[in-house]
Amino acid sequence: MEQQYKQVNFNLNGKDVSCVVDIRCSLTDMLRNQFGCTSVKKGCEVGECGACTVLIDKEAFNSCIYLAVWAEGKHILTLEGLLGPNGELSDIQQAFIDEAAVQCGFCTPGFILTGYEILETGKLYTDDELRKLLSGHLCRCTGYENILKAVKKVMYQRLGKTPEEA
Amino acid sequence: MYDIKALYEAESTAHAVQLRLEHPEAQIIAGGSDVLVQVREGKRAGKALISIYMLDELRGIRIDDEGNLRIGSLTSFSHITKDPLIQQYIPALGEAVDMVGGPQIRNIGTIGGNTCNGVTSADSASTLHAYEAIIELTGANGIRRVPIKDFYLRAGQTDIRPDEIQTAILIPQDSYKDTAGYYFKYAMRNAMDIATTGCSVNCRLSPDKGTFERVRIAYGVAGPVPMRAPTAEAMAAGKPVSRETVQAFAQAVLQDINPRDSWRASRALRQHIAVELASRCLTESVHRAGGAL
Ligand code: FES
Ligand code: FES
Repeated sequence: MEQQYKQVNFNLNGKDVSCVVDIRCSLTDMLRNQFGCTSVKKGCEVGECGACTVLIDKEAFNSCIYLAVWAEGKHILTLEGLLGPNGELSDIQQAFIDEAAVQCGFCTPGFILTGYEILETGKLYTDDELRKLLSGHLCRCTGYENILKAVKKVMYQRLGKTPEEA
Repeated sequence: MYDIKALYEAESTAHAVQLRLEHPEAQIIAGGSDVLVQVREGKRAGKALISIYMLDELRGIRIDDEGNLRIGSLTSFSHITKDPLIQQYIPALGEAVDMVGGPQIRNIGTIGGNTCNGVTSADSASTLHAYEAIIELTGANGIRRVPIKDFYLRAGQTDIRPDEIQTAILIPQDSYKDTAGYYFKYAMRNAMDIATTGCSVNCRLSPDKGTFERVRIAYGVAGPVPMRAPTAEAMAAGKPVSRETVQAFAQAVLQDINPRDSWRASRALRQHIAVELASRCLTESVHRAGGAL
């Protein structure tokens, strides 16, 4: 069988882009190999660990079980897209550093993107709700508590509240 | 890279049907959270795929002309959970699909894909059985509707013909009207796990809330296909709303279900859980229906 290629047009981190992909590529493959988005990690590649998480039209997806050709017309956000124009860290990235939520860092980009999706809802969540919302990620270094703290911290910051007031 | 032989992308429902006829050997792929994993595992490696994922016409939820709650087959689990019509008429379904996998899986996973796999542990399956959902299939000769109990043929096998794709799942008005339900998933972990047993119950009470007019119950994983417990349902209908009825109903499910031993759980444990879940789910359904026990 002839190899099959297709042109895909989408928006990556705020910029309209297009490229020709092998139809066998996952979205992870395309983002890493054709756009250099190495924050998109390959952990399990079967949708279990969340290391490859990206936001597609503002919702978190495991890019390893998403065909690259399905990116057509979508808005895709990777960790690279969270940086400010001069490389400034976003509030959620800074919170991960401050709360020591990063150990080896392999799960971090995925967690941060899911955290970003959670925070963008502008809602106040309980710890149990946050745990459920973050449950699609595995951290082999098992730093879950600090990850939860980091997301929580930004949640309160953005809502202008303290945990006591909530 | 996936080991895929060829990819055919459907541009409309009609085009999907045409692709099915042109490529009878190809596998349909909706969200891909099962199919792509099976490709990776080698189980479906080297096959051709027909992708219907980009068909937005198969997404969304509305009440159709006949009063059915119509759920487009490609509607994701998370969109079902968030949908106002689901929350109003059949919250048990929104809650059930909120227990599938983890958040990212619920964004990609589709209710149509979940039912077409014919997997009995699917979190949606027991609730769809308990509400007597109708599966809408579109093929070369138009639309065919199949009651969900007939759609599941045996474990892993559903009644989808070579020219068809599943286009919607309908919840008949009589199933959701004046009815309250509850789903309970019993699994070993709180997330990213497959149900040991899932139980979905719904009931309709008399206007004075004193009598069970109708009770429906369905289990996932209690047998090779999701199944109802007709003896228990018949037993409860017409009985007073009381703890005794709930207990008798829960015990009666053992006359209907036939769980198996597996590494996830023994038959004895599954039977015990089935009775306990029947009781809890009916109790909660009564509360939701405005009744008291
Ligand atoms: S690499 Fe995608 S979920 Fe693990
Ligand atoms: S920090 Fe190492 S995997 Fe999470």
